[in-house]
Amino acid sequence: MKQISSANPVTLLSLKLVAVAVSMFAFAIWVMPPLYDLFCEVTGLNGKTGGKYEAVEVKVDTSREITVQFVVTKNESMPWGFKPRVGSIKVHPGEEVEMSYIATNLTGNGMVAQAIPSVVPFKAAQYFHKTECFCFNQQPLQPGASADLPLRFIVDQDVPKQVKTITLSYTLFDVTEQKRDLLASAAP
Amino acid sequence: MAHGPATGLSRWLFTTNHKDIGTLYLWFSFAMFMLGGVFALVVRAELFEPGLQIVDPEFFNQMTTMHGLIMVFGAVMPAFVGLANWMVPMMIGAPDMALPRMNNWSFWILPFAFAMLVSTLFMEGGGPNFGWTFYAPLSTTYAPPSVTFFIFAIHIMGASSIMGAINIIATILNMRAPGMTLMKMPLFVWTWLITAYLLIAVMPVLAGVVTMMLMDIHFGTSFFDAAGGGDPVLFQHIFWFFGHPEVYIMILPAFGIVSAIIPTFARKPLFGYASMVYATASIAFLSFIVWAHHMFTVGMPLAGELFFMYATMLIAVPTGVKVFNWVTTMFKGAMTFETPMLFSIAFVILFTIGGFSGLMLAIAPADFQYHDTYFVVAHFHYVLVPGAIFSITAAVYYWLPKWCGNMYNETMGKTHFWMAFVGLNLTFFPMHFVGLAGMPRRIPDYALQFADFNMIASCGAFLFGAAQVMFLFNVIATIRGGKKATAEVWENPEGLEWTVASPAPYHTFSVPPTVK
Repeated sequence: MKQISSANPVTLLSLKLVAVAVSMFAFAIWVMPPLYDLFCEVTGLNGKTGGKYEAVEVKVDTSREITVQFVVTKNESMPWGFKPRVGSIKVHPGEEVEMSYIATNLTGNGMVAQAIPSVVPFKAAQYFHKTECFCFNQQPLQPGASADLPLRFIVDQDVPKQVKTITLSYTLFDVTEQKRDLLASAAP
Repeated sequence: MAHGPATGLSRWLFTTNHKDIGTLYLWFSFAMFMLGGVFALVVRAELFEPGLQIVDPEFFNQMTTMHGLIMVFGAVMPAFVGLANWMVPMMIGAPDMALPRMNNWSFWILPFAFAMLVSTLFMEGGGPNFGWTFYAPLSTTYAPPSVTFFIFAIHIMGASSIMGAINIIATILNMRAPGMTLMKMPLFVWTWLITAYLLIAVMPVLAGVVTMMLMDIHFGTSFFDAAGGGDPVLFQHIFWFFGHPEVYIMILPAFGIVSAIIPTFARKPLFGYASMVYATASIAFLSFIVWAHHMFTVGMPLAGELFFMYATMLIAVPTGVKVFNWVTTMFKGAMTFETPMLFSIAFVILFTIGGFSGLMLAIAPADFQYHDTYFVVAHFHYVLVPGAIFSITAAVYYWLPKWCGNMYNETMGKTHFWMAFVGLNLTFFPMHFVGLAGMPRRIPDYALQFADFNMIASCGAFLFGAAQVMFLFNVIATIRGGKKATAEVWENPEGLEWTVASPAPYHTFSVPPTVK
């Protein structure tokens, strides 16, 4: 049954097919997630906002006003107090605005939290720039401690005309398990 | 060279014979079909009346999940691989599969995978309870501890499918008899060739997505965890990038089977052979660009919704070509209605109904109403039960006399068909109505106004289950005895498999036949 001449094309083809399978596996793990993140960042899909924004010299567009609303969600078992100082503010596109959130660890244990932002409408996400945000870092808090969490943002002057209201939502996650080392350095 | 099978258990453990391995796959798949069916009946028994009677909701979720996983990966896919093992070498005039040892291995890892999967039901915290689509974070953050076993079971099933697919492609591309050009291959071989490519493209993606789950659960990564910068919606994109081609993996070989059976019993050659091949290839291509129609409601840009809506509707074109070809094949044919033909005609009609409800679901704005309701359950059961299950059943009746040399009992076959046909429609047709009225899927209890339709559906499910027991009895009776079948079995069927004796000798086509 061993025929060298007919065994070779089968082996060659099989190896090629194995290579396809391996590359599809690699595609799923190493290409799809970064591609998806990039896609979301470009299109504002899922309200994902970009990272830290370097302010550029721009003219403030005082001809229109945009209402920015702040909402917070505490992910399932997150027992902290967490709320914005104000519910909403009116801003001019291009103007840098500062506001803050207050977080309180209501538990008897030190905890570390991570806030994840999301913006609706999705098409406004790419025009919402954060120049400073507590969400860039994890926030450790000792038992009973409170902290003022600053946020500075600019709504791009190129934001589409039909956008009158932008809602910025923060979801607070408990990451104590993963980031316990941050607690040691946190002020009591 | 001319030796028969080994004796005893070692024949099955060590076999490299494509017919033996095909038989193993088919029996394994039938066992899984029965097990998955029992899980489905637990679900239907609980839903017989509103309120919680038989199982608690936690176990109910495990039953819906395991039913889906077992039917998709344990029943339908191995059945088609089994049919490919039996029929592809005989249809193309090859002595065996191209890689017989790997063939043995790709079967024998399956029982271990499913033993592992089913054993999770007995573990602390229970088995998978997150639906067969295992969306993160249900399957990561909130999963029972047994999820790791589920992940490894999926890895092994994936490896088995990939090896099987490589084997089938290598066989078809290298071992055809002289004169058997690609465009002379039977359609079952064509559809399997394309299915095998789909398997190689997407099973590694499934392996990838469960690997990412494994990393998130045990190694602190955050692919699907928003707290760490990941995104649960990413899971759905990757899963359905696998999942949509997967549903075509479960239906393309069925197209091939029906394209073999209808011409035999209509006594006319298949209408539009070439268009069938191109339609199959088009469906396979389109399956890669429609995945997000499963997730219209996650929040997509309008352009995305429109793209996936139109691309999905485009699939109706090649599928329509196929349906019209089958109907045209039967048109003015000298038709007889033996059991395989009954199942094939039911396939054409019921699969088309499932296709139409699929078109309804493809309409993005309407999908917001239908999403995650029983309408979706009705849709995919209408394409999978009459699609995959009926075609596999038809194939077994059609080729069983060739496999074991005896004719099956036609009366019992027809009884099986009518019980299955009535049972199926009783079970799944009312689901359209309760779905449109807003009954959500995957719930153990429901509002009172859905009670009557659910009771009808549960009765139908038990009728359908009883029909399958009769099928098992008929197959065993045929293997043990019965009227001897001729080599041709049917009247003038087309294909090389009918040129060998019935039952097919252990080794066929040791000398390749010449195809004109």
